[in-house]
Amino acid sequence: MSQHATLDPPVPAPTAPAARRRRRDRGGTILVLPALIPVALLSVWPLLQGIYLAFTDTTAGRPGAFVGLANFADLGSYGLFWDSFTIGLIWAVSVTVLQFLLALGLAVLLNMRLRGAAFARVLALIPWAMPPVIIAIMWKLMYDPRSGPVNGILSTLGIIDHNVNWLGDFSTALPAVIFVGVWVGMPATTVVLLAGLQSVDPAVLEAGSVDGASSWQRFWHIVLPSLRPVIVAITTLDFIWSFNEFGLVYVLTAGGPGGKTMLPMLFAYNEAFKYGNFGLAAAMGVVTVAVIVLLMFVYLRAQRRAAS
Amino acid sequence: MTSRRLTPGRALSYLALAGYVVLLGFPLVWLLSTSFKTPRELASLSPSLLPEEFSLTNFRAAIEQQDLLRAGANSLIVAGCTTVLVVLVSVPASYALARFRSRLRGVAMGWILVSQVFPIILIVVPLFLILKQFGLIDSLAGLVLVDLVWSLPFALWMLQGYVAKIPAELEEAAATDGASRLRTLTRIVFPLLLPGIAATSMFAFVLSWNEFFFALVLIQDPQLNTLPLALARFVGQEGQVQLGPLAAGSLLSMIPSLVFFALMQRRLTSGLLAGAVKG
Repeated sequence: MSQHATLDPPVPAPTAPAARRRRRDRGGTILVLPALIPVALLSVWPLLQGIYLAFTDTTAGRPGAFVGLANFADLGSYGLFWDSFTIGLIWAVSVTVLQFLLALGLAVLLNMRLRGAAFARVLALIPWAMPPVIIAIMWKLMYDPRSGPVNGILSTLGIIDHNVNWLGDFSTALPAVIFVGVWVGMPATTVVLLAGLQSVDPAVLEAGSVDGASSWQRFWHIVLPSLRPVIVAITTLDFIWSFNEFGLVYVLTAGGPGGKTMLPMLFAYNEAFKYGNFGLAAAMGVVTVAVIVLLMFVYLRAQRRAAS
Repeated sequence: MTSRRLTPGRALSYLALAGYVVLLGFPLVWLLSTSFKTPRELASLSPSLLPEEFSLTNFRAAIEQQDLLRAGANSLIVAGCTTVLVVLVSVPASYALARFRSRLRGVAMGWILVSQVFPIILIVVPLFLILKQFGLIDSLAGLVLVDLVWSLPFALWMLQGYVAKIPAELEEAAATDGASRLRTLTRIVFPLLLPGIAATSMFAFVLSWNEFFFALVLIQDPQLNTLPLALARFVGQEGQVQLGPLAAGSLLSMIPSLVFFALMQRRLTSGLLAGAVKG
């Protein structure tokens, strides 16, 4: 609270607005500093350091020397890293697309006057409120090959004829993890899309229905186009958030089995904190961020062109 | 209201809604059910949806297990300190952001936006090295600092919204009456800001309570595990995972988040909506 005392200019005379504004600005700066200093030290500075580290051969044991593009050249021939990159892309695209489609469906349902929609709405918020680690633990219970209900339900429905080790099997691990990712992300996306739906002008919809458009036609030609900005914003965010995902997959599979769910974040984490290759891990970070930014640029450009 | 009759389309809609409810709700029911089952029932190979007899054994086991208890205490210390620091730092800063038009305001707001898509992968190694230089690896204080920086963007965003809602005329009137700046702030602004401060501190607490990634990187000493770390490591011990206490421990550690979201549901939703629609 001591900062308040420093910002204690006598109330300036109304005849000097410019001087008053300047003094107020200085007061503002002082008030913001306690927030800016930790941020500068622990997020802006590390960001710059991270980019620098990518050009050094720093390891856990010793500070490294500048090695130019050597790390990036190493990464070029580093098959495992590109494998994890492919897995990361499959993961982020699948999660974003599936969760968008499911969330759109749920949002449309919640927007209809159905009985029970209010309950579903509250329920949809719970996954959002749960800590990622707990969600991962919950789904580990669900997938448990011995006692988990997933096997039980699917065999009752006749979809599988023997218990599957969902998270431990090479072919099922990534889809199983993607399913959890969708489950986690769907609620927030639903809430956003629901807001978009509610802001569609009912008069336009009514006009459409007077002109004889079916409800499907109205949805396709009126609702979806007016949702476009919301859809672009939320899919972009979902994609970036998915690429940044760590805790969920770390607890579910830790990247296994045999690296089949090794997302880039997990890969870089292992490279740095298991094997101590700090410089190389930083280079992975730089490449990952560069690719995300590039993909988003292409996507947003395509959207803008489609919109105009 | 429009059509009361159950048309085939409406019936399908209800079916789909029921499908969503099961998809969203079933895992939660399973977690709850697992936590109340007896060890004998948990060992059964044909598990049932509801426990045959409700038992609190798992909760007792989770609480009595030294690991989880200590981890809970660590989480409480970290989240508590983070909350206090976030409030101390963000109250003056958000006041300045809401009231003064300086160049810093643009910088701060830009950074708040960037923080939503922050490339954690790019800062974790240097962050580790920086904290190491200051001897803050394997220390709860280091974790508090990281959590502080991590929750600040949203905390500032929330709080400056609350400040903006307080009419500036109130302050001007007090100033005209001869109240000093400090007096105006402590007597008028601060009391009106209390609900906002409460909401922001709950947010900071929950964020820090749930945080996993930085804790995993910064904490190696098992004595210093936070709750998410302890639970995650509990899962990692392949072959000897006790499902019951794990489920019970998970449920217990969710309590702060659930309380927060129950209290804040409406506001958080509208905040997310505003951000998404305008963004």
